[in-house]
Amino acid sequence: MKRKLLIDKAGVPGIASYEVYRKEGGYRAVEKALKSMAPDDVVEEVKKSGLRGRGGAGFPTGMKWSFLAKPEGVPRYLLCNADESEPGTFKDRFLMEKIPHLLIEGMIVSSYALGANTSYIYIRGEYMWILHILEKAIAEAYQAGWLGKNILGTGYNLDLYVNPGAGAYICGEETALIESLEGKRGNPRIKPPFPAVKGLWGCPTVVNNVETIAAVVPIVNDGGEEYAKIGVGRSTGTKLISACGNINKPGVYEIELGISVDEFLYSDEYCGGIKNGKQLKACVPGGSSVPILPHFLVTRTAAGEERLMTYESLADGGFQTGSMLGSGGFIVYDEDQCIVRNTWNFTRFYHHESCGQCSPCREGTGWMEKVLHRLEYGHGKMEDIELLWDIQAKIEGNTICPLGDAAAWPVASALRHFREEFEWHVKEPAQAMQRNYGRVTEKVFEAANA
Amino acid sequence: MPENNTHIDGEIRFSEEALALINRLIAQYPEGNQKSAVLRILHMAQAEFGWLSTPVMDYVARILHIQPVEVYEVATFYSMYDTKPVGKVKMEVCRTGPCMIEGAEKIVAYIENKLGIKDGETTADGRFTLKTVECLGACGYAPMMQVGEHYHEHLTEEKIDQFIANNAS
Repeated sequence: MKRKLLIDKAGVPGIASYEVYRKEGGYRAVEKALKSMAPDDVVEEVKKSGLRGRGGAGFPTGMKWSFLAKPEGVPRYLLCNADESEPGTFKDRFLMEKIPHLLIEGMIVSSYALGANTSYIYIRGEYMWILHILEKAIAEAYQAGWLGKNILGTGYNLDLYVNPGAGAYICGEETALIESLEGKRGNPRIKPPFPAVKGLWGCPTVVNNVETIAAVVPIVNDGGEEYAKIGVGRSTGTKLISACGNINKPGVYEIELGISVDEFLYSDEYCGGIKNGKQLKACVPGGSSVPILPHFLVTRTAAGEERLMTYESLADGGFQTGSMLGSGGFIVYDEDQCIVRNTWNFTRFYHHESCGQCSPCREGTGWMEKVLHRLEYGHGKMEDIELLWDIQAKIEGNTICPLGDAAAWPVASALRHFREEFEWHVKEPAQAMQRNYGRVTEKVFEAANA
Repeated sequence: MPENNTHIDGEIRFSEEALALINRLIAQYPEGNQKSAVLRILHMAQAEFGWLSTPVMDYVARILHIQPVEVYEVATFYSMYDTKPVGKVKMEVCRTGPCMIEGAEKIVAYIENKLGIKDGETTADGRFTLKTVECLGACGYAPMMQVGEHYHEHLTEEKIDQFIANNAS
């Protein structure tokens, strides 16, 4: 039987309210942690669980927590990253809208583990109605004694607030988020110093994704070892996947890490297959930033193995033939979609969202957008394909924050796997304006490439 | 010009209720870090005064005891803030990848034709503004638009007709 640890109760009527959430077993993790565990015990359970950051990077959460500096007399902060803005990703929204108290419970337990007495949820400004849902839930939690002074008589104090962004993808990057929470433009900071040492207002800070913090609740309730029993290898527990594009059943699914991509894409329990009886052309499995995979590399690896929904399996083959689990934004393209147009669209997004601090990203994203636009609209030259490759290669790794890489990877992977479609746009511009190229030719990869 | 431009000549002042909320917001941050409230207050100001004119931004700076330029640089960085007048009803249609493959471009073209305006423009009566925006986190429910605090998802031409009819005055 497949387990759901986060959104299993999303369908329970009234679960967004405190009464129902509590009746369904909510806030047990706070009771357990505050009454019977030392803060370090909670950190230890999270380490044992193998939980990895659910926002996209997949960094082990317990390790991130253990890096937090704890100088005497200096406040520490836990910030929840609810700035969900990666195209294809709408999972945190689902969790916060449906079960806001799960995030609040996770924030209390995690703040306790880190020794934070004030914590903030930074939510994208467009989700303003969810900010109101969270503030209502927080007020209920204060009322019931789960927040405020001397929680459960343990002497532990915690205040929790919600702070909106105002439309900037970059604020999902943790140092940009901190800048924004300080009331400034969302320009990422140069690291080091890392937030764990110098973060919000110069104090030690941990920034975790919504889903990561919510996962701490079942980890504390059932123990880290129990959580780690789910999954494969270093991909433990469950993961929310938001599925969209040309599939029969778009939506948010909680999967056990380790199910096959084939099952996720084609079974009726999840995506339900490609819409309108079409064929799969491509898939971006982890949000717009991760490499796009052509149809023949989606459900199996270049080595011919079944591809699994895990951090490792989706990355199998590196950037030559693999991708990433990323944020879990699973975008599916059928045979009628144009990869050149999609790449242009994504590049326009990154150009729009570049904060402008670093020249390679500020100038490079705009340049790539222009080149892709002329390729898509029938004015491209063969040299443009090489030019695009050159620009993306010069952005990657040359910027303060990962937005540069995030802008480079979709272009690099599209050129790597769909070059014939780009070339066709140059050779047959009139045709390319009228119809789509269809699926690209399956390539046989050498073992060295795998 | 949109009617909500008039505040430039009138007094710019939040209601007592809004001012009380602002005080509570400022109290969420350690003393001396009241600037952190600027994003939330700018949202409130835009809802109250229609758009963020220089006098409105200066007013927010006075409330927070920060320099006006600190407000300007925030207001011009974040895409949700309007530093120019907009219509009473701002229709923000998502144009990013997953919405595009579900027909966002057709929805934008339909609105443009119906209202006789282009992306970024406002109708002559100052009622509607059309703006295309980047991913709003509704990819599974595409195409979609945001109006104020509301998401309108699974958009169709019929839904657009109905929306415009309901909001025409």
